[in-house]
Amino acid sequence: MIRFLLKGLIRDRTRSLFPTLVVLVGVALTVFLFNWINGVKNNFIQVNAKFNTGHMKIMSRAYAAEADQIPNDLALEGIEGLLLNLKEDFPDVIWTPRIRFGGLLDIPDEQGETRTQGPVVGLAVDLFSASSPERNLLNLENAVVRGRLPEEPGEILISDEFAHQLNIQPGEIATLISSTMYGSMATANFTVVGTIRFGVAAMDRGAMLAEVSDIQFALDMPDTAGEIVGLFSDFLYSNEKSEEITSTFNTRYMKTDDEFSPVMTTLRNQGGLAEYFDMVSSVSNAAIIIFIMAMSIVLWNAGLMGNLRRYGEIGARLALGEDKGHIYRSMIAESLMIGCIGSVLGTALGLAISYYLQVRGINISFLARDASMMVSNVWRAQVTPASYIIGFIPGLLATFLGTSISGIGIYRRQTSTLMKELET
Amino acid sequence: MENGYLIKTENLVKTYPMGYGSLVALNRVNLAFQKGEFAGLVGPSGSGKTTLLNIIGSLDVPTEGSTMVLGEKIESLSHKKAAHLRNQHIGFIFQTFNLLPVYTVFENVEFPLLLLGMPAEERKNTVMKALEWVHLADRAKSKPAQLSGGESQRVAIARAIVKEPEIMLADEPTANLDAENSHNILQIMERLNKELSTTFIFATHDEKVMHYLRRKITLVDGAVAKDEILKPQQGGGEN
Repeated sequence: MIRFLLKGLIRDRTRSLFPTLVVLVGVALTVFLFNWINGVKNNFIQVNAKFNTGHMKIMSRAYAAEADQIPNDLALEGIEGLLLNLKEDFPDVIWTPRIRFGGLLDIPDEQGETRTQGPVVGLAVDLFSASSPERNLLNLENAVVRGRLPEEPGEILISDEFAHQLNIQPGEIATLISSTMYGSMATANFTVVGTIRFGVAAMDRGAMLAEVSDIQFALDMPDTAGEIVGLFSDFLYSNEKSEEITSTFNTRYMKTDDEFSPVMTTLRNQGGLAEYFDMVSSVSNAAIIIFIMAMSIVLWNAGLMGNLRRYGEIGARLALGEDKGHIYRSMIAESLMIGCIGSVLGTALGLAISYYLQVRGINISFLARDASMMVSNVWRAQVTPASYIIGFIPGLLATFLGTSISGIGIYRRQTSTLMKELET
Repeated sequence: MENGYLIKTENLVKTYPMGYGSLVALNRVNLAFQKGEFAGLVGPSGSGKTTLLNIIGSLDVPTEGSTMVLGEKIESLSHKKAAHLRNQHIGFIFQTFNLLPVYTVFENVEFPLLLLGMPAEERKNTVMKALEWVHLADRAKSKPAQLSGGESQRVAIARAIVKEPEIMLADEPTANLDAENSHNILQIMERLNKELSTTFIFATHDEKVMHYLRRKITLVDGAVAKDEILKPQQGGGEN
């Protein structure tokens, strides 16, 4: 009987091709949309984690309360001891100190007079320690546009765009004018040894990258850092794991009566990211539900049209002694076959488009030029194990629902009128 | 079977609601059919021919009275049991053939056997035998769209007889056929009736069909107006 139904399906294109195409397109869109949202979301998480939030971040309680203003006067002290403890307590996490700072970068001419200057957003990281993860984390080798990476104290990198604005070449001297953590003015000379482009608009506008010990010295912050970021060694963010570590850390180290005691927060709980992630999840779920509903309606309609077209066939089958339930079940079986085939093909098409956009991506730098959020200039889809099955739910559910609803007409049909119906 | 009758109706009444009143389609019909009969229900349109065929074929139930078909009381059958009765014991031939257009002639004839769950090899032999009866073995791979009206009706007959049912119900089987094809079809049915002892009941007002009938039941306004034996019945049964 299954072979018989299959033959009918294959030969009758309006019964197979059209519904299969509907499922294929719907599933392909669902898979692609899922991968795209996933890709953009995970890319956003990765960029934020690497450049800003880490998977977890430790600050002083006072610094955390005003973190948006980068208040280095409230920075975390005694970081060397704290880092040793962290590495011992949470060995699966990479911990690294960072200092964010702002200031003016002044480029002198041959006489030592200001040739050009501009506001700079600085990031000081551990560039020289053998165990430092920062070179890999920030992908510095690939980010260098001109010159080289710092090898000696006093050497810095600046963003290529900023270098062009200031008309500065690798090898030139730049003076950082900023303030110490105690509020007095700080100036320090550095050699610009290279320019970088991270592909993140917020970092590429006017950034300076320096060795953390240089900045500690320049800003009078010995054994002090604005923050210590922690990242899981596989670089995959897990909210559950980070919540667990955060809870353990805060129980052990945070003191409610000391505003300079360390406090750990998860990536999700920084800078309104929780709301953003929840919104992305809601949009993703809503999109998939809308697709299921839209496909169900289209397939229901296709089922109704099919039933009208097959009115004579179904009537003859009833008259020949086929049970109504059997016909209904055979139509459901047909729809599930269509659902399966459409879902497999749709998943393949959705994955193919997603893979292409995972490799190639779409450059949105023209949109992100003035962005203050940590977003990559190239948005990419991301194929995950869930991508292989996510399309089957709407594909099968829509065909099943569509046929189930349209097939109810079979039960409403009066066998007593079959003779008359079949004569027309 | 009741007293050797294949089909027996007693005080059969069928009414259909119509506006505030009701339309009487069958009015106290008492009939009995024996195995091997070749009978026709004749009468003008609206006389109740198709309604009676529907009830005998377990497609409909009477409003009053009873109908026994092969020992089964039609009015007390569930939908599933009625479908089972049609599938196992009753063949239908329609005016408009109603072949399944996407399937070949062979597959159309094979369909009732699939519902019976017959094994593949036996099914193949049975289908080919049925097609040989109607002289269409060479058209087994054709699609219904490639057949003439006469050939299509012969396929419909093959589909109806392939399971060798005890009863064949034919509603205006020659209405869409020319004279030559009508005679061919009727000769085939007559031969099947003789060779397989299948009971044929026609609903018709085609004179060509009446020429072949051995029993003619005239219905007028839902009641039996005349019940005539025209020729000796197959097996000698008479009402």
